[in-house]
Amino acid sequence: MNLKIKKLFALAVILMSVYMIIMVVAELPPYGEPNNPVHNNVSERYINDALHDTGVPNMVTAIVFDYRAYDTMFEAIVLFAATLAVVITLKRWKKAGDNK
Amino acid sequence: MKDFILKHIAAIILPFICIYGFYVILHGHISPGGSFAGGIIVGLSFIAFITIYGSRKGHAQMPDKVLVFMESYGTLWYGIMGMIGIFKGVPFLANKLAGVNLGAPWALSSGGLISLIGIGVGIRVTSTIITLFFTMMEDES
Amino acid sequence: MKVILKNLMVNYPYFIAAILFIIGALTVLTRNNLFKKLFGINIMESAIFILFVGGANIRNGIEPILNESEVGAVYVNPLPSALMLTGIVVSVSVTAFALALIVRLYESYGTTNARRIAEIRNELTTK
Repeated sequence: MNLKIKKLFALAVILMSVYMIIMVVAELPPYGEPNNPVHNNVSERYINDALHDTGVPNMVTAIVFDYRAYDTMFEAIVLFAATLAVVITLKRWKKAGDNK
Repeated sequence: MKDFILKHIAAIILPFICIYGFYVILHGHISPGGSFAGGIIVGLSFIAFITIYGSRKGHAQMPDKVLVFMESYGTLWYGIMGMIGIFKGVPFLANKLAGVNLGAPWALSSGGLISLIGIGVGIRVTSTIITLFFTMMEDES
Repeated sequence: MKVILKNLMVNYPYFIAAILFIIGALTVLTRNNLFKKLFGINIMESAIFILFVGGANIRNGIEPILNESEVGAVYVNPLPSALMLTGIVVSVSVTAFALALIVRLYESYGTTNARRIAEIRNELTTK
């Protein structure tokens, strides 16, 4: 009984957010138009100056490894820390005097 | 796994997948793809090798020492490349400001630090994927 | 109502992203199995990636790699793709660590059901 009430509550929350999200999606600027507010002077700067600034024609690589290289370095450190945490959590460490 | 057809087909296909991954890593700055995608392709070719031929042969190909070396020095490589800017007297991780020769566009050796950093990141993503798989896989025996 | 439906048809990638996000949220809220909760989190992350990359698109635009043979071509916005590359790597890290924790929990409690784990912990602490 308790479980059913919880599931009904979750469904009500989700239905409310469905209504909210559908209203927001209907208000968004039309998909695929070149005059959308996303395509502002920031992206123009990247498209026009990437080759001159970095010497690399692939703009995504230019952003990831040059304009935002500091961000990418800490992203690499996040991946390193995650690997370290997985190895520490799962590896079977041999205890002293435990000859298996 | 003891499947004759699977083993022999994999022996033909897997080297090409691995070479394709290296191609994607090296050409990340002039074509679609990049070091993250290429590193994952190389790592997945090794994972396919391990699932088909067994983890003992996989450990023989990729010992833990090599994996640890690739993982830690691949991460450190990024910082070492960034220090070039510091020694030249400009901000950390500067590329054009530090006076690195950018080379001709659309050439494989263009981009200065970008292609060097890309190779390091590709190597460490490969080792991350293989390490995660080795750690999560059940030991046979 | 008609205007809203027409806007939803025009904005179909955002609509698909919203539907995926809701499916993921429903999975996280209603399932008890920890693996299924993790799948729900992954579905929500995919919805965010689709929303960002779809927002960057321009009709008849070409991929953001400089191409001198096509003069006057419109390039799509490269910034959301670069941001989502970071997001994908962080999502891989989170998924790997969550899987490791679930495996450890299964070894300790013998089940992957979140409710059952809470019951066992309750019994252990009240004893």
